[in-house]
Amino acid sequence: MQYVARPANRYQQFLNRIPVLGDVLRRPLGALGFVIVLAFIVMVIFAPLLTPYSYEEQDIPSMLQGPSQAHWLGTDHLGRDLWARIVFGARIALGVAVPAVGIALVGGVSLGLLAGYLGGLVDDVALVIFDSLQAFPAVILALAILTLLGSSLRNVIIVIGLAWTPGYARITRAQVLSARQEQYVEVERSLGANQTRILFRHILPNVVAPLLILAAMDLPVVITFEAGLSFLGLGVRPPTPSWGVILSDGFNFIRHSPWPITWAGLTLIIVTLGFTLFGETLRDVLDPRLSGSRGA
Amino acid sequence: MTVLVLLLVTIYLTLLIHVVPGDAAKTLLGPRANADLIAKTRAAMNLDKPVIAQVGLALWDVLHGSLGTDVFSGRPLNEIVGAALPHTLILAWTSLGLAVLLGVPLGVYSATHPDSWLDRITAVISISFITIPSYVGGLFLLLLFAVQLKVMPAIGLGVRGDVPDYLRHLILPAVALAITWVGYLARLVRASLLEVLNQTYIRAHMAAGLSQRLISYKYALKNALIPTVAVLGIGVGNLMAGAVFVELIFSRPGMGTLIYNGIQSRNFPVVRAGVLVVAFLFVTANLLADLLYTYLDPRIQLDKTRG
Repeated sequence: MQYVARPANRYQQFLNRIPVLGDVLRRPLGALGFVIVLAFIVMVIFAPLLTPYSYEEQDIPSMLQGPSQAHWLGTDHLGRDLWARIVFGARIALGVAVPAVGIALVGGVSLGLLAGYLGGLVDDVALVIFDSLQAFPAVILALAILTLLGSSLRNVIIVIGLAWTPGYARITRAQVLSARQEQYVEVERSLGANQTRILFRHILPNVVAPLLILAAMDLPVVITFEAGLSFLGLGVRPPTPSWGVILSDGFNFIRHSPWPITWAGLTLIIVTLGFTLFGETLRDVLDPRLSGSRGA
Repeated sequence: MTVLVLLLVTIYLTLLIHVVPGDAAKTLLGPRANADLIAKTRAAMNLDKPVIAQVGLALWDVLHGSLGTDVFSGRPLNEIVGAALPHTLILAWTSLGLAVLLGVPLGVYSATHPDSWLDRITAVISISFITIPSYVGGLFLLLLFAVQLKVMPAIGLGVRGDVPDYLRHLILPAVALAITWVGYLARLVRASLLEVLNQTYIRAHMAAGLSQRLISYKYALKNALIPTVAVLGIGVGNLMAGAVFVELIFSRPGMGTLIYNGIQSRNFPVVRAGVLVVAFLFVTANLLADLLYTYLDPRIQLDKTRG
């Protein structure tokens, strides 16, 4: 509560008028995160306008160059412009992360709702299966499945979606279990509402809100995960410019040019940092109780 | 519960072969495949038996502590995994040790000096460290110290039997794996120590005139480290995942390289054995962390509230 009216500057007044984002931007780290995420989204949308080069146009005579006026970040081993590849790589990063997290969210929430609400044997069996799927690192699970399915953009999305599903299912289940005990559910039940109505109208909305924040915070994790798979040669295929592919190409020529690794690595770190800062601030603003807890 | 999870993992891994489009034995043999060899390989991998029997045989083997035989070389897989495992364990424990040695003191300092400039710098550094994926960290370290400055060895384990050389080859991979955890532990310890320092028994100690240092390290830290212990259990699993990348980048033998090469050559028995051992380590580490957790804080009861 504020008893003394402070003269607010125009930036502060502007922030006061935006409901949630204003609170995020008022915190320095939140603002930094927002700027990075915004820059990333600009890269995704306006990629062709940001560079005169195409991401696959080869120019062998000018391969493995350092930064110059013609090629801002230098070139890779095929003479392709690194800035163009990184800018277009942003599209791949987001194009994999959003649908993959979407699959995990839909799958996890449905399974979690079922397990948590039905309870009993179904719940026990589901829990053991979730546990056993999480009993080895997701990378290894993804590697095994991708070798079987073959690597392609679509398969990477499916595999990441599958790998993230048990985590969401567990959290949904836990939320359902606690929501079932709440008074408003008891009241509904005593009023004679049927199970489906209770599940979808009353429990689901309460379960989904924290999960959406978690999903937003998982985006950067999934982006680095995809880049990792592509780095191992099991994700996105060259010449598609995933940041992981740029790193992998750079690794092969590490003794000839430091630039591909440097730029692709820095991009990954900065984007992840931006999403994490923005996501954490958003979480603190929306639901201070959640602060510090993180699933999956 | 732990045993059940491991048995389920075995079943998945056995069934996984049947999800593959095409004949697993044929893929394994590649261009050398002829009808005779394929039949032999199928028999060696038990693929000629019904699926139920394959699952049963795999479970039987696992329950007897055998991982099976490598179809390629005919060597027992226990031997192959046994040769790779120590390198990964040494790598994982070294980086976990590094992370604790750096992360915990940073967290304690931040919590005992809140809002000091070092606290603020630590906050930014911890978040940045958490967001560095192990493969990017590994590539940057390799690029800087091995390729550009040439002060560190780039690849391999070092000369056999030469311990200082082995340690020198361990430094970069271990640091690459530890980076994320330094940041993570610093943040975790700071948060839980701040919470503990606000509790009544700490204020009682202060009122009794005990020194700040004694209170922080002897009384508060012990309770503040409890959540850290739980997280370290999960940490071992994540280190295993990071080890796949780090071992490949620094060309170190280990579980990561073993599984990766197995996948590349479609050698399913090797992949199955490798993944099973990693899952076993992961589950055991979680179990140990849980047990340690209840020992450190007797108020916590195991099992009652799963989920």
